[in-house]
Amino acid sequence: MGWAIALHGGAGDIPVTMPPERRQPREAALRHCLDIGVDALKSQKHALDVVELVVRELENNPNFNAGKGSVLTNAGTVEMEACIMDGNTKRCGAVSGLTTVINPISLSRLVMEKTPHIYLAFDGAEAFAREQGVETIDSSHFITPENIERLKQAKEAKRVQIDYSQPIQKDVEKELPAASGGSQLGTVGCVAVDNQGNLAAATSTGGLVNKMVGRIGDTPIIGSGTYANNLCAVSATGKGEAIIRHTVARDVAAVMEFKGLSLKEASAYVVEECVPRGNVGLIAVSASGEVTMPFNTTGMFRACATEDGYSQIGIWTSVE
Amino acid sequence: MQLIIWLLLMIGGFTPTQVRELETDPLFNSGRGSALTENGTVEMEASIMDGPKRRCGAVSGLTTVKNPISLARLVMEKSPHSYLAFSGAEEFARQQGVELVDNEYFITEENLGMLKLAKEANSILFDYRIPNGGFETCSAGAAATDSPLQMNGLPISLYAPETVGCVVVDQEGRCAAATSTGGLMNKRTGRIGDSPLIGAGTYASNLCGVSCTGEGEAIIRATLARDVAAVMEYKGLCLQEAVDFVIKERLDEGQAGLIAVSKNGEVACGFNANGMFRGCATEDGFMEVGIWP
Repeated sequence: MGWAIALHGGAGDIPVTMPPERRQPREAALRHCLDIGVDALKSQKHALDVVELVVRELENNPNFNAGKGSVLTNAGTVEMEACIMDGNTKRCGAVSGLTTVINPISLSRLVMEKTPHIYLAFDGAEAFAREQGVETIDSSHFITPENIERLKQAKEAKRVQIDYSQPIQKDVEKELPAASGGSQLGTVGCVAVDNQGNLAAATSTGGLVNKMVGRIGDTPIIGSGTYANNLCAVSATGKGEAIIRHTVARDVAAVMEFKGLSLKEASAYVVEECVPRGNVGLIAVSASGEVTMPFNTTGMFRACATEDGYSQIGIWTSVE
Repeated sequence: MQLIIWLLLMIGGFTPTQVRELETDPLFNSGRGSALTENGTVEMEASIMDGPKRRCGAVSGLTTVKNPISLARLVMEKSPHSYLAFSGAEEFARQQGVELVDNEYFITEENLGMLKLAKEANSILFDYRIPNGGFETCSAGAAATDSPLQMNGLPISLYAPETVGCVVVDQEGRCAAATSTGGLMNKRTGRIGDSPLIGAGTYASNLCGVSCTGEGEAIIRATLARDVAAVMEYKGLCLQEAVDFVIKERLDEGQAGLIAVSKNGEVACGFNANGMFRGCATEDGFMEVGIWP
């Protein structure tokens, strides 16, 4: 027993050749967010509060694909989505299509707590944000030069494919052709169990580079990118379309419940057996304080800590 | 509490045609006849899933697309994504050349009336409740009701709009599921329910196809459609057992129903409400239409 926390900054084709000046700020951010989460847990904050505040921190960091630093749609705009879920009650909140809300995860919590609904999107969500008086800002705030460049590369990559006139190798699952490496950023997320055994999960994202306007991914879909019940809390990242069809977050919990597997076994099963390579990573904690962070991509920005003093920060496969 | 749901199970043939027909019928809450938002407009959503490869397509926030389920299928087949919503979905619809109409097309007199009632009662209607008193029983011949609203001698709630869905299994055991709705009467604009959410209102795998309806928020929390398949897959239950299990165990305070087919050609339905409009047909000539248990 005891508290446990895990957070991620996205899974994807993170090149192992990433130069230190790009790697270090991200590692530092993961460390910083982990410290914030651990401090909150140590001060007896409820798991729901912990995951929200950690994800807010990740949203505010421009190095991750959520909030500021969100990747861009094919129109060069930002459309953010987020989702939060409380394990004990299975109450949840989700938002999509946000363009001015500084912290999407907080708006999703307000949907959960202040409306009879679970999920609000686009203009309706923005209107709700204004009613609630949450912090909003001009949409240009979220756009970074890095992401403008990523969008440019993604658009060029598509043009090149068509020029070569090669049949686009669509595998059975019809996944989106990978954009250039490093642009396959996932999302951000946090899962926690506090020392009362309360579980919570939160995920936030800007989505896929060069996505169609109006495209919704796995993050705000309960059971796909985000899920929590009284057994575990899960946040997934990677290729949204794959995570949706494999109902990744729900399946971790379902496999624990119906097949009696442990958190680690259930998570490994879903990531290794159910979802094609290169598509998913997840973080999960259980009611008994276990934590796991499996991924089948090149890397996943991640960090975790448990009450007994264990902690880890990583990007690629750990050497243990 | 009375809950009327209409769902359709068919064996053979592919889903979208059946759901398209239901969408066009104004008695049902999807396409024409959709429930209205708080602004008196229609925002429709739908999803479709193909069991064998688990391909899926979903749409939300449609205001001019005549048949949302067909657009959901186009998202699945003609876009690199699984889910498109609001203006992005409408733009995709234009690009695909699907039939578009004015938003007024979807709005019916009955629903304008229902919206007015809901606003007066300051509530959100789960498609079946009349704010001023519910009904404990509902039988086809009952004349003794308190409702001020009647149509053809029956309580208006019998005609209250509802989500439509369809599940199909073909001769080769391939399952598919589709669901379409206008959502909740008097919902906030931008509200998304369970119908377009894969795993909640719609799901299909190599084992089964499931479509749900009822209280959207309860269905989402319960990941109802996925749970039917998960229980079959991970616990080895048969279709009806799985359906009974999730209806009994997964819906806490919420009311919902679902229909399902399995790759073995079984059909099953379950609901924890008083009734669910349903129809079912199988290849061996079995046909049934029902409302109550």
